[in-house]
Amino acid sequence: MIALMVNGESRKVDVDPSTPLLWVLRDTLGLMGTKYGCGIAVCGACTVHVDGEPVRACITPISSLAGKAITTIEGLSADNGHPVQRAWITVDVPQCGYCQSGQIMSAAALLAKHPSPTDADIDQAMSGVLCRCGTYSRIRRAIHLAAAPAKSTATKKGDEP
Amino acid sequence: MSDRKPPEAIDQGRRTVLKIGAAAGGGLLIGFHLPWLTGEGVAQAAGQDFSPNAWIRIGTDDSVSLRVASSEMGQGVFTAVPMLLAEELECDWKQVKVEMAPANKSYNNPIFGRQSTGGSATIRGFYMPLRQAGATGRELLVRAAAQTWGVKEAECHAENSTVFHKTSNRRLRYGELVTRAAGLPAPGEAFLKDPNEFHLIGKPTARLDTPQKVNGTAIFGIDVRIAGMLTAMVARCPVSGGKMKTFDASKAKAVKGVRAVLPIHSGVAVVADNFWSAQRGRDALVVEWEEGANAATSSTQYRERLEQSLKSKAAVARDEGDMAKAGQAAARKVEADYEVPYLAHACMEPMNCTVRITDRGCEIWVPTQNQSRAQSVASKITGLPPEKILIHTTFLGGGFGRRGEQDFLAEAVELALRTRAPIKVMWTREDDIQHDFYRPATLNRFLATLDADGKLTGWHHQMAGASIMERVFPNSLKDGIDRTSVEGAANLPYAIPNQKVTWMKEAGPLPVGFWRSVGSSQNAFVTECFLDEVAKAAGKDPFEFRRALLALHPRHLGVLELAAQKAGWGTPLPSGRARGIAVAESFGSYCAQVAEVSLEKGQIRVHRVVCAIDCGTVINPDTVTAQMESGIVYGLTAALKGEITIKNGRVEQSNFHDYPLLRIDEMPVVDVHIVKSIENPGGVGEPGTPPIAPAVANAVFAITGKPVRRLPIRL
Repeated sequence: MIALMVNGESRKVDVDPSTPLLWVLRDTLGLMGTKYGCGIAVCGACTVHVDGEPVRACITPISSLAGKAITTIEGLSADNGHPVQRAWITVDVPQCGYCQSGQIMSAAALLAKHPSPTDADIDQAMSGVLCRCGTYSRIRRAIHLAAAPAKSTATKKGDEP
Repeated sequence: MSDRKPPEAIDQGRRTVLKIGAAAGGGLLIGFHLPWLTGEGVAQAAGQDFSPNAWIRIGTDDSVSLRVASSEMGQGVFTAVPMLLAEELECDWKQVKVEMAPANKSYNNPIFGRQSTGGSATIRGFYMPLRQAGATGRELLVRAAAQTWGVKEAECHAENSTVFHKTSNRRLRYGELVTRAAGLPAPGEAFLKDPNEFHLIGKPTARLDTPQKVNGTAIFGIDVRIAGMLTAMVARCPVSGGKMKTFDASKAKAVKGVRAVLPIHSGVAVVADNFWSAQRGRDALVVEWEEGANAATSSTQYRERLEQSLKSKAAVARDEGDMAKAGQAAARKVEADYEVPYLAHACMEPMNCTVRITDRGCEIWVPTQNQSRAQSVASKITGLPPEKILIHTTFLGGGFGRRGEQDFLAEAVELALRTRAPIKVMWTREDDIQHDFYRPATLNRFLATLDADGKLTGWHHQMAGASIMERVFPNSLKDGIDRTSVEGAANLPYAIPNQKVTWMKEAGPLPVGFWRSVGSSQNAFVTECFLDEVAKAAGKDPFEFRRALLALHPRHLGVLELAAQKAGWGTPLPSGRARGIAVAESFGSYCAQVAEVSLEKGQIRVHRVVCAIDCGTVINPDTVTAQMESGIVYGLTAALKGEITIKNGRVEQSNFHDYPLLRIDEMPVVDVHIVKSIENPGGVGEPGTPPIAPAVANAVFAITGKPVRRLPIRL
């Protein structure tokens, strides 16, 4: 049994300790929003937050996560209300949508650290998250839009729930 | 205009057969059957029973539900198709909900005569039928209101899900009218709105599927979970065409969670409780393969075979004027060979399919681009009639042509049948890259002739490559020509008096399939880049050279001039930068692009792409823009990175580390300009892809002076 916090709830899972977090989320806990894309941490589709840091769930063994707080796309907000989600909707970023959980979680982690990211910050934080539909221009625009409230109200803290 | 045109949309609307009925629990149903434009006739279609395949349901609560026949794979059909209906129905857009239609021939795309999504054909196929259905609904509801009030229909009008009688200041909501409307006889041909009166078609409209795609609730095939479901992974022969000789399952079966190991038509399947067990089980599986005829093949060897086949007698795709005479009379000749490698589709969602077989039939959850074929393949494997095969199409995590194939579905159906358990077949990324139906590798030999004034007098293009249609629609090959292999080459729009285009079929070591924009994806590269070589030989500017040759093709010319103008063609650029231009027609649309490129530390940097698109009548301009951005990124990945190579019969690439995709830090600024047009709608999912590779390659040519004759571009 491994105990973890997933989206604010304590969960206990009885799986092989080598099982990657991705498959615990999907196959054990039924949280299907986090996607499988490559299995070797080169596409970013499986990005979740572990103690606030963006992590590739496909190569993170569950045994390394005891006691850690994990946030998945399902835990980002209850009502699409996270600034990144709101910006994504305004800009109409997704096409097929498959990579977008990873894009949004990566963007949310970026904005938590850099409330007003530059294009270079965006390149650095987002270049490991692939989108085959080519929504990159809109991702960049949406991140800047999501950052806009932070730019105007400097007191607003990070966006982790 | 001599350009290829989409099927006559107006006629299609008239031939739509409508049926009206009452919905269970109240409401109005509008169903219709779309005769295949080139196939079955109206009379036959009219005799068919429509139930239970209503397309549109208007509820007593004013809700409007539409079953969309096409798969949503990012191209925006779950928004654009209901826009067609809502425009004519005059309903409140906020009341419109879409659901994916089941597999049924009532949902066939009239362009294909089957239910499939590809060829940039959804709007082209459904533009008139959906408008006609919406207009019929509007007429019925107006009639119901007029009868209720005892007034003339002409005194009433519909707006925002309400019918108004202005002179008496009365109104009734659609929900209040549907019961009466459902009892009315189906009207004849309904009166369609004048496009000048459109208030929804042509307006940027937010996608209906976005909210569920930003919170993880959108269900893709991979996300399907059903009671008792097991996960299967298949070990397949690494060499295409090979077969399993023997296997040893003992180590695989020792993996915790593995339930069964069994040979199936495509290899050896490991069935387990979940993905991780299935994958570890498959890793532990020992299989000996009979590698077959392709065991010793390599990319180099196939290249040599293509070279040889160029010397054989080829099929003729176009022959105008007299190319031989043009050769004799030429003041100058330009010759070059161009080639492209195999490419994988690499949809972000790897292939998968979930199947449950019970006494009631076979239920399939699958991200597919081809419901008709999915149904027939499952029917063949199970022996069940097609009506017992129920297809639930999920969202597709990318399609690009790959998901028109049924290989992953056939595996899941066979496994569900043999294990009697609900099965989800999962492919890994490695499976996806190494067992695709690839874009064909081709070799192209060009000869162009110029007269003493530098005028282009002759164009001889010899092509060699594998045929897609030979496998998919074998009867469609005509006079030895696979039209998908020569599209974008045999229909070159330039005014050249002598033109000959030939194609030689040469099957290679990998199976080939439709890849976004198909033949045009590589043929635009080879033709538009060679044309730049010819322009240079003639001492002409590439834009002016094209312009002079396109006088009889106003839509090509229109996008070419628009792209050049918006890109500032001919104006100075920072040192080290150059522009390249290309134009291509595909799927009923015309697209030109100008790429602004520099070389930085030996790397190609694409700074900006200006794209002009003429896709006729525009439904959702924001989707057109998004699809141009998307098509450009897809084609840019192919231009700069994409290459599948073979050694010892095996695909050498396996995942995104060695089959890389374009990343956000490499993304150029993309400016899209849409031509205003009242022509019938053209496609938008694919036409953005063909021009980008030649636009970039021509810019590189402008910088280095060295033509780029092979993709991906290597300096």
